Amino acid sequence: MKILVMVKRVSDPNVIIRVNADNSAVDLNNVKMAINPFCEIAVEEAVRLKEAGVASEVIALSIGESQSQEQLRTALAIGADRAILIESDAALEPLAVAKLTAKVVAEEEIGLVLLGKQSIDTDNGQTGQMLASIMGVAQGTYTSKLEVSDEKVNLTREVDSGLQSISLNLPAVITCDLRLNEPRFASLPNIMKAKRKPLETKAAADYGIDLAPRIKTLKVEEPDTRQAGVLLNSVSELVETLNIKPEAV
Amino acid sequence: MTILIMAEHDNGSLKEITLNAVTAATQIGGDIDILVAGENCASAAESAATISGIKRVRVADHACYNGQLAENVAALIQSIASEYTHIIAPSTSNGKNILPRVAAALDVAPFSDIISIESADTFKRTIYAGNAIATVKSDDAIKVMTIRGTAFSLADKNGSASIEILTTVEELGLSAFVNESVVESERPELTSADTVISGGRGMQSGDNFEMLEKVADKLGAAVGASRAAVDAGYVPNDMQVGQTGKIVAPDLYIAVGISGAIQHLAGMKDSKVIVAINKDADAPIFQVADYGLVADLFDAVPELDQAL
Repeated sequence: MKILVMVKRVSDPNVIIRVNADNSAVDLNNVKMAINPFCEIAVEEAVRLKEAGVASEVIALSIGESQSQEQLRTALAIGADRAILIESDAALEPLAVAKLTAKVVAEEEIGLVLLGKQSIDTDNGQTGQMLASIMGVAQGTYTSKLEVSDEKVNLTREVDSGLQSISLNLPAVITCDLRLNEPRFASLPNIMKAKRKPLETKAAADYGIDLAPRIKTLKVEEPDTRQAGVLLNSVSELVETLNIKPEAV
Repeated sequence: MTILIMAEHDNGSLKEITLNAVTAATQIGGDIDILVAGENCASAAESAATISGIKRVRVADHACYNGQLAENVAALIQSIASEYTHIIAPSTSNGKNILPRVAAALDVAPFSDIISIESADTFKRTIYAGNAIATVKSDDAIKVMTIRGTAFSLADKNGSASIEILTTVEELGLSAFVNESVVESERPELTSADTVISGGRGMQSGDNFEMLEKVADKLGAAVGASRAAVDAGYVPNDMQVGQTGKIVAPDLYIAVGISGAIQHLAGMKDSKVIVAINKDADAPIFQVADYGLVADLFDAVPELDQAL
């Protein structure tokens, strides 16, 4: 079974993002970029499935600007076999990304697609569900445990009330949550090896899909900021100041 | 405008966050229906019918909707979607799981985690862990969106909507519900608690969270955690407050041993009063805290417990 794993280039999660001067977008000039942390978990899981003999090949896919090659090289260094970059200078909405990905899934005869549960830039958390919908297959979101057997995927999902176990028919789309695994650090030899792995570049426009955005961003603003408050000297001062009391029984 | 709200419920009861979604829908205006899809969910449906401003509660009660399987519930919503201009769900793990699937089936672009309704087609949402707020507009015929509970007040429950039974059975057979392990707790739910006390990596172990639980029980508070504490395996993910966990906005938020990473602040900075207890005076959490206490939490928390 071939696994497709999606990789998104995002701003580094530790960088505080500012809004640009004309309030039209966030300012990403000179901002450090990185692989989206949840995508990294997805890549790690895909590679583990290959190491366990479940997957025959792991293909990493990124859809975005040409510099996304850097993040695909990261995926290859973790252990993906080859990479595909569908280039688009314009930022694409999850709907367009899902449609393009569905094309790749069909071309490559993919059995399982792994993605992060959300990207930490646009915070949409939509692509996996939309891809599953377009493919007409089952989806397992917020996955923290995953097991492939025969024609099924059994998984545990992180839900608001605790954990949910479900079973999905293959092919399926899985989105990965924090506790699924801890991604390995790519070793130097593997980083060197990744440079020689195949990375194929295609143009988004060549797929014959309407990629025009459906959502217009009218304005981007900075939120109201909180001011730092006062430092207290003791726990008793804290209790007094806040007048916190045990709840009446 | 005709609006469909997907109810958040556990079959037996309706979750409060549904009332926040109703308030958002009321701000758009028009007729509002609520969909309750589940198995043996009659009491959740009856509860939904008492929400003020609802025209009709539509109930799909069938084994195939048990566990709110995304494939089946999305197909159900899709089957009635053409009757609506807006399809709304609270931003819960169910809402976020199901609505994008519905949107793709309708070929529309959904909105995630709306914090403000500007008009019937224009909304605000946060991006980049709450470091920016985008005003966004859609021309799609049907607007599909999840709304952030903490950004909208609770709707009243003085209504008596009619209840309609939907006999549609969308059993796609793609997925099967196995089981759910629900965390049983006497404490209030994290997202609706008036007081939340959260621990971070500074807690050093899961066992040490007992200290916070003791204080929480005295205050009637919920216990949360930072991503770092979840990452370190101290506590389960359902306790995570932050950009990629739960968004909370209680009257009082007490952050214990939490440094204040961007991703944590995104989940709690709308709290009314923030208190931070951390031994590192330079921790970024103090920049958003109304009250800070620079102290070792292993001294301060037991002392707080004693003082209450």
